Amino acid sequence: MANLTRPDVEHVAHLARLGLTEEELARLEGQLNHILDQYAILATLDTEHIPPTAQTIELANILRDDVVQPSLAVDDALANAPERSGDHFVVPAILGGGGEGGA
Amino acid sequence: MTDLTRLHVHEMAPLLRAGEISSRALAEAHLAAAERQNRALNAWLVIDRHNALVQADAADARIAKARRAGAAALAALHPLCGVPVGLKDLVSVKGGQATAGSRILKGYIAPFDSTVTARLREAEAVIIGKTNMDEFAMGSSTEHSAFGPTANPWALDRVPGGSSGGSAAVVAAYHAPVSIGTDTGGSIRQPASLCGIVGMKPTYGRVSRYGIVAFASSLDQIGPLARDSRDAALLLHAVSGRDARDATSAPVPVPPELLQLPAGDDEAAAYLRDKRLALPREYFVDGMEPGVAARVREAVTAMGAAGARVEEVSLPHTDYGLATYYIIAPAECSSNLARYDGVKYGFNDRSSGDYIADYLRTRGAGFGPEVKRRIMLGTYALSAGYYDAYYLTAQKVRTLIKADFDAVWAAGFDAICAPTSPTVAFPMGAKMADPVTMYLSDACTVPVNMAGLPGVSVPAGLSDGLPVGLQFIGAPWSELSMLRLARGYEGITARAPWRDLEPAELHLTDDPATPSPVDRKRQHDGASVQGSGGQA
Amino acid sequence: MTTALAAAGKGALARYEAVIGIEIHCQLRTASKMFCGCSTEIDGAAPNSHCCPVCLGLPGVLPTINKTAVEYVIATGFAIEATVAPTTRWDRKNYFYPDLPKGYQISQYQLPLAADGRLIFDTSEGPFTVRVRRAHLEEDTGRLIHAELGGRRVSLIDFNRSGMPLMEIVTEPDIRTAEQARRYAEELRLLMRTIGASDAEMENGQMRVEANVSLRPIGREAFGTRIEVKNMNSMRSVERAIAFEIERQARILDEGGSMRMETRGWDEARQSTYLMRPKEEENDYRYFPEPDLPPLVTSPEWLAEIKARLPELPAARRRRYGADLGLSAYDAGVIVNDAAATTLFEGALAAGTGAPAKLIANWVTGEYMRLAKGEAGAGKVDAAELAALVKLVADGAISGTNAKEVLAEHLASGARVASIVEARGFRQISDSGALDTAIEDVLAANPAAVADYRAGKAAAAGFLVGQVMKATRGQANAAMVQTALRARLDRPE
Repeated sequence: MANLTRPDVEHVAHLARLGLTEEELARLEGQLNHILDQYAILATLDTEHIPPTAQTIELANILRDDVVQPSLAVDDALANAPERSGDHFVVPAILGGGGEGGA
Repeated sequence: MTDLTRLHVHEMAPLLRAGEISSRALAEAHLAAAERQNRALNAWLVIDRHNALVQADAADARIAKARRAGAAALAALHPLCGVPVGLKDLVSVKGGQATAGSRILKGYIAPFDSTVTARLREAEAVIIGKTNMDEFAMGSSTEHSAFGPTANPWALDRVPGGSSGGSAAVVAAYHAPVSIGTDTGGSIRQPASLCGIVGMKPTYGRVSRYGIVAFASSLDQIGPLARDSRDAALLLHAVSGRDARDATSAPVPVPPELLQLPAGDDEAAAYLRDKRLALPREYFVDGMEPGVAARVREAVTAMGAAGARVEEVSLPHTDYGLATYYIIAPAECSSNLARYDGVKYGFNDRSSGDYIADYLRTRGAGFGPEVKRRIMLGTYALSAGYYDAYYLTAQKVRTLIKADFDAVWAAGFDAICAPTSPTVAFPMGAKMADPVTMYLSDACTVPVNMAGLPGVSVPAGLSDGLPVGLQFIGAPWSELSMLRLARGYEGITARAPWRDLEPAELHLTDDPATPSPVDRKRQHDGASVQGSGGQA
Repeated sequence: MTTALAAAGKGALARYEAVIGIEIHCQLRTASKMFCGCSTEIDGAAPNSHCCPVCLGLPGVLPTINKTAVEYVIATGFAIEATVAPTTRWDRKNYFYPDLPKGYQISQYQLPLAADGRLIFDTSEGPFTVRVRRAHLEEDTGRLIHAELGGRRVSLIDFNRSGMPLMEIVTEPDIRTAEQARRYAEELRLLMRTIGASDAEMENGQMRVEANVSLRPIGREAFGTRIEVKNMNSMRSVERAIAFEIERQARILDEGGSMRMETRGWDEARQSTYLMRPKEEENDYRYFPEPDLPPLVTSPEWLAEIKARLPELPAARRRRYGADLGLSAYDAGVIVNDAAATTLFEGALAAGTGAPAKLIANWVTGEYMRLAKGEAGAGKVDAAELAALVKLVADGAISGTNAKEVLAEHLASGARVASIVEARGFRQISDSGALDTAIEDVLAANPAAVADYRAGKAAAAGFLVGQVMKATRGQANAAMVQTALRARLDRPE
């Protein structure tokens, strides 16, 4: 079914935002292909007309009434922040716009 | 006076109510054992003496007050009131750490209680610490912890199983009578099996996942580890039930009978009469140790002798379970673990000054090799062009696996009996070189998670001096029946000689000369060429 | 500048056809956020003061679905004649960005709550229909603020907006002009406000409009290269930005150039679009079903309940105003397009004073709208009081000029119309007996003017009317005075 090349591995690592060393990339290429080989067994089944199962629990419409609950105190919300300025979380400058809501 | 650490919860409860022992004394005894032996076991990541004693004193005050108020007030106390409990270190406890065994959550302090924590507080259980685990619950040996492996009290150079290896080891080592674990593909049942204790994965939706660090959301369940089925039932009772904060927690009533599993062995054994037990031939997998297969078949034979009707059945899609699991779980984890980016909490590397490069460094250095492997697998399985071949196909096979089980219930069986793990506890390092070998440890447990069913592992004797686990698998919401079956099996084996054995190498943990698992691992890593990259 | 641009746009549209699709995000008017109980009152709140473990994406948290948000989207689905999905579910959209705390957005990808709708509205070129592809629910992200800290360039994050409920509404590429685009957005905004689903203020981001604009030579079927335009903060800038973009693209095509897929922003100060980022490739969002949330099943009973709660929608209201109340299409449009005016008009009708609807409409579209534009307090006109005023005018009990003063004073002081009319002595004398007495007195006192009139000087009648008005201190009904006086003078002696 699969054959992941080194560029594939690098692409997936970037999609997953994993910074990997040369050594890790090389090792993962072998391991991932070995694991993917095990998946080949699935292709032997005829699943064309089988519906997928995403959840085993047969629940629907578990909804919450639109009622306000207390938020965390600002200091608690920011307590774990690696860096904080005033009441904001701080990260290195993000350039190039983007990320505006509903992106 | 008896050693308080050898008491079961169902023995502690009446003694506490009668005022014969105190919660503080219980906490002190268990804390002392934990503090003394943890160097050799590395089963606890946190031993929280201070807060444990505060909670124990509060429980003692509560019990004293109830005693003054009369029998009804005493009876209203939960059996866990005043009882020490260990929590896997992915359960959020307000004001405490929840590392999930990962470097990336180092330093994170939870500002809220998980629902499980809140329910334990309601029951007035005494949380004595947080237990070691495979990083983000990914693993079957607890060797994938960023904080070093945990030793199995039966053989200190062997693994306790995983990922709830710490929770299993502390119960086996009498540091706590019960503990909380999580099970995504076997992570409660397999370590329970390898450490010779009881462990139950409830039906998906039985216990709220709110505040439990997620691995694979459609598979994760929280459950009890204990030294017998009665204690497991008591802990399950305390933490179960619908929670408004978890939309996948089911509005199914929690049976109060969980508090009343039979005390007498004969009464317990009587439950087995006329029960229909299915023995699936596919669960006696290739590579299963003969000793394990033998113990399980003996157990089933014994239950047959006690009046159960045992029939062999087929669960034809069992062989597809592992491949399906190792697509679905990594896919979900690749998304669940995206939040660990060094922006809001936990470990972060901001040395690059560029936010994308910081992401790469933070996540590259913060996650261990097994977690990275699974994030890579899952990301790939969901990526454009591969979704249908991997993720969607796996979801369809999941339907087939679930249908296999449904057919067994439709045929009128009360439970499926199977081995929990194909092997007994294996030596540290034995399966670290090849991830696929490690994944095979989950062959008998994974299908149960795929179908969302309850499963309980109970000790069924020894093979080569190491514990073997027998698994009961039931229809959804049949936890009570599964635990009654487990209790029945305990009843018919109550007088078996192995029942009285304590973990074979537990006594060595008091010896300062005994190497810690971290030392053992260092020796092992130095002695052999690494296959999987070892720990971060 | 606008005219020049519009003219230029028209020029481009002589050679090219513009193909425009609109994507609108509306913040829903719920009390709590989409998946947690944090309050949505985040406007002007201190940063990170409306956050909890769920909307901060802390380890182990789980989402729970806000029922009201779901119902708003279903109501919108009905309002745009869409099909509401019998079963729908949630998907995770995976991407990394520091304002997205979980590393994924919970959205609806495969099965939106509503699909295949349409919106019909008027334009200067007549009625126009836009097909709506889908409307779905999702959660908003946090907000990034760029700053300098001790000489270091950083981004500050406020997660108050994280988890705010958003409805995304996507059209088919049916729009052809900048005006149609603006009108679509206006009509949708009106719909949101009518339903109560969103305040839809563009200025503060409650409604965000994005347009995909491409050009193709007239007569060609294949689409041109799509340019995404965002950052339009008013209806006017929607129209201007798209007109600008049509012209810009036409110029490039005229010169034989080609376009790249890119995202452009509208620069209000420069009145032009600028490159925000190129779109190298479609993002790989790795959508998959959200395992933390069970599916939604929209039972017929639930849908019926939501449908029953729907208020009258703008299109139906315009129709009713025309057919049942006899309003002109223009007046109906003006009233319906303004939520406050609609409320006032409906309230005045409901007051039951018997004032004719058309006259009320005139007062709403005329004097009320004039005051509303000029003064902040125009919204405080009491509908029942307006009805009372219009009734007085209709009965001839008060002059139109005086009535305008009454309305202005009602607005300023909040005093009741009846007491203002009373206090100012505005009530007209329409009683013919009383008028006749006044006329006889004036004729007797002004024989010269009477003689002038009879001698053929028609202007003398005006003088005499004035004298009657003066004698009655302006309270006489001027029209009645005029008629009665002429009749009296023309009568043979």
